[in-house]
Amino acid sequence: MDIHEYQAKERFALAGIPVPPGRVATTPDEAEAIAIEYGRAVMVKAQVHSGGRGKAGGVKYCTDSASAREHAAAILGMEIKGLVVEQVLVTPAEDIATEAYVGVLIDRKNQAATFMVSPDGGMDIEEVAASTPDRIRKLSVDPRYGLLPHQALWLANFLYDDPALIKQAGKVVSQLYEAFVDSGASMTEINPLITTPEGEIKAIDAKMSIDGNELFRRPDVAAMRDLSAEPESETKAREAGLSYVKLDGNVGCCVNGAGLAMATMDLVKYYGGEPANFLDIGGSSNPDKVVSALEIITSDPNVKVILFNIFGGITRCDDVANGIVEATRRIDIQPPIVIRLTGTNEELGVKILEEAGFSAYTSMDDVVEKAVELAKE
Amino acid sequence: MAIFIDKETRLVVQGITGRDGSFHTSQMMEYGTQVVAGVTPGKGGQTFTGPDGSSVPIFNAMDEAVAATGANTSVVYVPPAFASNAILEAADSGVALVVAITEGVPVLDMARAHAFARDKGVRILGPNCPGLISPGKSKVGILPAQIVKEGPVGVVSRSGTLTYEAVFQLTQVGLGQTTCVGIGGDPLIGTNFIDCLKAFEADPDTSAVVMIGEIGGTDEQEAAAFVRESMSKPVVGFIAGQTAPPGRQMGHAGAIISGSAGTAEEKMKAFADHGIAVAQRPADIVGLIQEALG
Repeated sequence: MDIHEYQAKERFALAGIPVPPGRVATTPDEAEAIAIEYGRAVMVKAQVHSGGRGKAGGVKYCTDSASAREHAAAILGMEIKGLVVEQVLVTPAEDIATEAYVGVLIDRKNQAATFMVSPDGGMDIEEVAASTPDRIRKLSVDPRYGLLPHQALWLANFLYDDPALIKQAGKVVSQLYEAFVDSGASMTEINPLITTPEGEIKAIDAKMSIDGNELFRRPDVAAMRDLSAEPESETKAREAGLSYVKLDGNVGCCVNGAGLAMATMDLVKYYGGEPANFLDIGGSSNPDKVVSALEIITSDPNVKVILFNIFGGITRCDDVANGIVEATRRIDIQPPIVIRLTGTNEELGVKILEEAGFSAYTSMDDVVEKAVELAKE
Repeated sequence: MAIFIDKETRLVVQGITGRDGSFHTSQMMEYGTQVVAGVTPGKGGQTFTGPDGSSVPIFNAMDEAVAATGANTSVVYVPPAFASNAILEAADSGVALVVAITEGVPVLDMARAHAFARDKGVRILGPNCPGLISPGKSKVGILPAQIVKEGPVGVVSRSGTLTYEAVFQLTQVGLGQTTCVGIGGDPLIGTNFIDCLKAFEADPDTSAVVMIGEIGGTDEQEAAAFVRESMSKPVVGFIAGQTAPPGRQMGHAGAIISGSAGTAEEKMKAFADHGIAVAQRPADIVGLIQEALG
């Protein structure tokens, strides 16, 4: 789960990281009022779950409150990488002497939270890593000990020469690790971490993604979810316990298992079609889940055909067949439905479907080909 | 032979009294797995009745279960909030293999559990995995037994149902399996592709291996390099997620393209570059294995 910059800064502040003050506005009036309160030049920053906000024109320097109002009006409602800006952060503009990068993420290979720091802040860290890898220092945190004080200083040493700055940065590095762990994050970064001409260190931008598996024990973090930042269908799917990702095609897919769901989408493409979604109904054959899945798929106006690909393992085919039949009785479905059902209790399942007027395929390729053909009609 | 589990496997089921734990315990016993104990804190002294009427003793803690029964493997069906503690307890109890089925375990909990298990020399499979089955010998986890058959093919996969798909197709044409291993869909897993490939390479009964990967991470790329350097047996590969958009989690917590890394395309290229026959779709796996086996 991604959170906004202003929310990540709240998490930083809880850990003691110096962040500039800031408030969120949803209208130009509010932005102006906040700027008047600060009484100095401010930044107006689009709050969307996407990188590249600056390049898209979503981050503006405003000399006074009138210009804050003007820029807020332009940014609110703007679309950045398909996401509509609903809120802006208004924050005092800082004088910048230097910019550094400090980030933590879960490294799969080392199986640990891993720091990356660079004295070249303000740039995309993937680009820095590709072009000047010697400008990055990395450290994997041993989960048995946590981040040790000398390790935090070793990272800070790479950023600055001035002992006073190194001391401050070492503290920020430790605090960032604390924020990372206490938020249940999978990734967080300060980019840039600035020094001011007065020799102060501040985090003027913040990014954080939360491990979805942590949310059950962190209600304060879970409450940061911004429902306006995701399609309504994905919210509904999550509430129904389904994994769903909306795509741009017209073949609606309903599959049990994430790997098979991806392979089904790939096969739709292989046969010349385009998948409308990723949807994993999981191991359950509960008709309520099938109903929710069908409601979500049919709420997408692009969907021309609905493709079920069910491999009954522990899940029994007859249970799934009953789920499909019951679901289609409960809700009215316009697009044609094609079903592949194989595995445990397949014969029973197919019989149930046939009695309800559906035909069932046994091969994944046959059913996908048929679905693609129907989508083209 | 087989890898990781066989007729000598003596299994403890952690969470044996839960809904999933009890259902799958019956399934495993029906298949012939030696389930020697169950663990549910607070229910020690009770028994679990298997499908044939045999009774399995339940203990409060793993160390008691292992001491009393000589168990060498555990399987975890414990809910996510308690799963990492169950895994730690198992790794500390003297078993050699811990199979973690639970989906939804916090990643930072697993970072600690994996480090602990490494120190103890204990193998963890998963979490968020379907477990494994050595046809005709033993099954630990949730894989459907009726689709497998004894034979010469090793199968290793990050996915559950996609594995069933591949295994079912192999079985249908008469190609059985030594062991089918689901390594799990999480970002941090205990047993990776290379661990399984090494074991299959060393297993005299395995003649060829099917490796099923998906988007996210670089485990497949590293496995591909291992195949070229260290494997004499043919490997057939498949990658799911060619149509997955970047930055979106596709069901599995670990199935996500981060930045430009972890795409299906780069994994398929790594496979092809290192001499692994790449199946374009699941239906091509069988043909490629038949070709490899001659």
